[in-house]
Amino acid sequence: MHAFSRLLEALVLTPSRNGKLDLVADFFARAPDPDRGYALAAITGDLDIAAVKGATLRSLAAERVDAELFALSYDFVGDLAETIALIWPSSSTEATPPLGEVVETLSRATRPQALKLVTQWLDTMEPGDRYALVKLATGGLRMGVSARLAKQALAQFAAARGTMIAVEEIEEIWPAQTPPYRALFAWLEGRGTRPSGHALAPFRPVMLAHPLEEDALATLDLGAFQIEWKWDGIRVQAVSDGGVRRLYSRTGDDISTAFPDLVAAMDFEGALDGELLVGHFDGRALSIGSFSDLQQRLNRKSVAPALLRQYPACLRAYDLLVDGPDDVRALPLAERRIRLDRFAATLDPARFDVSPVLNAADIAALGQLRADPPHGLIEGVMLKRRDSAYLAGRPKGPWFKWKRDAMTVDAVLMYAQRGHGKRSGFYSDYTFGCWTDDPSAGGVLVPVGKAYSGFTDEELKRIDKFVRDNTVDRHGPVRVVRATADFGLVFEVAFEGLNASARHKSGVAMRFPRIARLRFDKPPHEADRLATLKQLLR
Amino acid sequence: MIANPILVPRPEGLWCEAGRFFIDPVRAVDRALITHAHSDHARPGHAHVLATRQTLDIMAIRMGERFAAATQAAQWGEMIRIGDASVSFHPAGHVLGSAQIRIEANGQVIVVSGDYKRRADPTCAAFEPVACDVFITEATFGLPVFRHPDTRDEITKVLDVLARSPERSVVIGAYALGKAQRVIRALRDAGYDRPIHLHGSMIPLCAYYQSQGIELGDLRPATVESGRRGDFSGGVIIGTPSAIADKWSRRFPDPVVAFASGWMRIRQRAKQGGVELPLIISDHSDWDELTATISELNPQEVWVTHGREEALVRWCALHQRVARPLNLVGYEDEAE
Ligand SMILES: [Zn+2]
Ligand SMILES: [Zn+2]
Repeated sequence: MHAFSRLLEALVLTPSRNGKLDLVADFFARAPDPDRGYALAAITGDLDIAAVKGATLRSLAAERVDAELFALSYDFVGDLAETIALIWPSSSTEATPPLGEVVETLSRATRPQALKLVTQWLDTMEPGDRYALVKLATGGLRMGVSARLAKQALAQFAAARGTMIAVEEIEEIWPAQTPPYRALFAWLEGRGTRPSGHALAPFRPVMLAHPLEEDALATLDLGAFQIEWKWDGIRVQAVSDGGVRRLYSRTGDDISTAFPDLVAAMDFEGALDGELLVGHFDGRALSIGSFSDLQQRLNRKSVAPALLRQYPACLRAYDLLVDGPDDVRALPLAERRIRLDRFAATLDPARFDVSPVLNAADIAALGQLRADPPHGLIEGVMLKRRDSAYLAGRPKGPWFKWKRDAMTVDAVLMYAQRGHGKRSGFYSDYTFGCWTDDPSAGGVLVPVGKAYSGFTDEELKRIDKFVRDNTVDRHGPVRVVRATADFGLVFEVAFEGLNASARHKSGVAMRFPRIARLRFDKPPHEADRLATLKQLLR
Repeated sequence: MIANPILVPRPEGLWCEAGRFFIDPVRAVDRALITHAHSDHARPGHAHVLATRQTLDIMAIRMGERFAAATQAAQWGEMIRIGDASVSFHPAGHVLGSAQIRIEANGQVIVVSGDYKRRADPTCAAFEPVACDVFITEATFGLPVFRHPDTRDEITKVLDVLARSPERSVVIGAYALGKAQRVIRALRDAGYDRPIHLHGSMIPLCAYYQSQGIELGDLRPATVESGRRGDFSGGVIIGTPSAIADKWSRRFPDPVVAFASGWMRIRQRAKQGGVELPLIISDHSDWDELTATISELNPQEVWVTHGREEALVRWCALHQRVARPLNLVGYEDEAE
C-alpha cells in the first residue's frame, strides 16, 4: 500500500510526461504481483471498488476529532479524502497491508465488513496510505495518468529488462487482460509467453437489422443486397477457440449447457453467427423442425438424452465472424460469405448448414418470397448489403429485416381469374370478401383483397376445381364464384398490414395478402365482418 | 478571564503598560522586545530594541547595522527590569536566537512564545517550558490536519531522488532564516557530504550560523559562473521560496523542485506551487505540539495569535480551558 500511495502522490506532483513514465515504470519494477497489477488497473480505470461511502467515513472522522474541528479542517484543505486522511488519529503504526490484499479483501467484503476493515486500516496507516485507501475504498481513485501512458510505461518496464515489446503490441492484447495482470507482467519480464490477445472464445457483439420501412421499398437498390430467410429460432453465436467452445445468445449470455449436442459438434476454430433450430438430418440435408419442436429445447438448464435424440439442435449459419485465427468482421459480407461456405463445408452436416441466398428480381418478387416462405418458422426476409462489414449493434443502412406479419382474417372467395406462366391453366388469382354485417341481417360481401399465393400446388388444384364447379357469372377473364351465407369457400388470409383506401369499396386495402389456409370446413357466414378488419387499421 | 492583564493588544502589537514596551511591534516604536528575527516579528526603526544576541546579530545582517537606535542583548534566563515589569528570554526552538519572552508584573506572569516548535533542531536551542498564568501561543499550523513527520524521513526523500536519478539536481526552496540551515544540517546528519550550493541571499545567514558553531559543511554559491552546469548534477541547491518558482532554478540540470515547509502536508498546496518533492519540514509547532504544550504548561488562560486561532480556541474549549483569540494584525503565515 505504501509504495502505491507514494506513487499516487508522486504522479500528482510530477508535471512532466517523461517523469510520470519513469515513476510508473519504476513502480512496476519494484512492486510485486499482484500489487503492481492492481496499481495498473487503478491507472487504467479498471479498478472500481466502491465499498464504503465517503460521507460515512467523513462522519466517522468527525466523531474521532470533533465536528467543528473537522469542518474547519475540511474548509482549509478543500478535499474530503485528504482531510479524512490527514485528520484521522492513528492509534498505532503497523505494517500496512499490501495493495493486493486491500483490493482483494475489499472486493469480497460486504458493506458493513468493508467499513470495519477500512476503519481498522485507517487506524494504523500513515496519512499518505490513508489517502490512497480512502480514495480506493470510496471508488474515487484517479491517478491522473492516461491508460496510454500506463502502456508506454509497461513497454519501458519491459525494455529495462531486455524485453523489447512495442506499445502497440501491448495495446493489442490489452482488452483480454484482467487485473492483476500476472500473465502480462510475466510476458513483459520475459518469464512468460505472450498472453492471448483475446479471452478464449469471447462473445462478439451481434449485428442487428433495421425493419424495412415500406416507403423505402421504392428506392431500395435490391441488387446491392444479399437476401436470406429470416428464421424465428434462436439467434446464436457459436464460438470455438483454442479448445474452448461457447454458444452465446444474441445478448451474450452463455447458453452452452442447454445445447450440449450442438456444442459437441462445434469442431472448428472460429465464430459463427446463425440461427439455432431443431433439425433432423436425412442423409443429405437438414430438415428443420417446427416451432413446437424447438420449444422442447428452450429454457432448459440441462437436457435428457431422449430429448437430444428427438429434438436435435442444429445451426443454420448466417455469417462468419472469425475464420481460424482471422477476425473477418471487417471484410465485406460477400467475402465473408465465400469464407462461410468454405468453412461450413468442413462441418458436420447433421448439425450445420448455411442459410441459403435467395433471389428476387424485383420488389414484387421479394414481397412474394416474404409472403410465401417455405417453412412455418420463417418470419420474413433479410436484406444485407453485400459490401457490409459485420458491425456491432444496429447500424442504420447495411441490414434490413422485412418481416411477415401474422395478421389473418377469414374471407370468402368471390372472384377468380386465370394465372400466368405455369399457372396459366388454373384459376389462381383470387378476390375475397368480408361481410358488411351479419348475412342474416342483410349483410353482403364486399371485396377486401386479392391473393395469388400461399397455397401448395395441391391446394391450387382444389381451388381451381371449386371455381370451375361454382361459377355463377363471367366478366371477361373473371369468374364470379358462388358465395352465400351457407355456401362458398373460406380462406384464411394472411397479410402484412392494412391501409385505409378510398379507392376500394370496403374502405381498406391489404398489404401483401396471401392464402394461409383453405377452410373448406367453415361455412361462409362464419367469415369475418368488415368491422373486424377495420379494427386492424392503425 | 484574568482581570487587568499586564499585556493588551494594540494596533502596534502587544503592549505592556507596566514596562511601557511592545512585543514584536509591527510599527516603529520607542521600545521593542523582539522574540526572533523573522521579518514579521522583527522590523526596523525602533528606538530601543531588546532581544537575544543572536536575534540582534541576524537583524543587523538582514536590515543593516543601524536597524535600531539602541540595542540591548538579553541572556537566556536573565531577569531584566523594565519599569514595573521584569522580563526574561527563554529558548523557543524556532530558529537561531528565537526566544519566548516571560513578562512578570502585578503578580501576573505571561509568556509570549513568539513562534516555537518542540521537536529537536540542531540549529537552535530547544524550547524551554516556562510556567505562566497566560500562555500566548502561535497557531500557524493550528488544525488537526497538521502533523509534521520526522524530519529524517523527509530528508531521505531527497537522498532517494539523488540516488535514483544521479543526473538530476534537487533544488530545495527554503526560508532563508532557519529553514535553509536546518535543511542543510539535516542533510549533513543524514550523511550527505557533497558541497551544497546556495542562492546568493542565503550565504551571509549561513555564514553566521557557522560562526555560531553550527556545522553546515561545504557551502558554495549557486552561480553558474562559479561552476559548469554539469557540476550541479546529482547536487543539492537551496534557494529562497521565491527563487525556486522563477527561472533561477532552471539554470540547474533537470531540477527536481522541492520545498521544505509545513504547508507541504497539503497535497494541493504542493501542486499549486509546482512542487514535485514536498518536504514537510517546519519550524513551527504542529497540532500535537501546540496542544501538548498547552496541556504541559497548564496556564490559567491561553491566548492565540497568528494562524488558525479558531480551531485552537475550539480545542481549548473542548478541554475545559479558557482561551481567546488575540486577533493581532500584521503577522503573516511565514513563507514556512
Ligand atoms: Zn518565525
Ligand atoms: Zn511568526
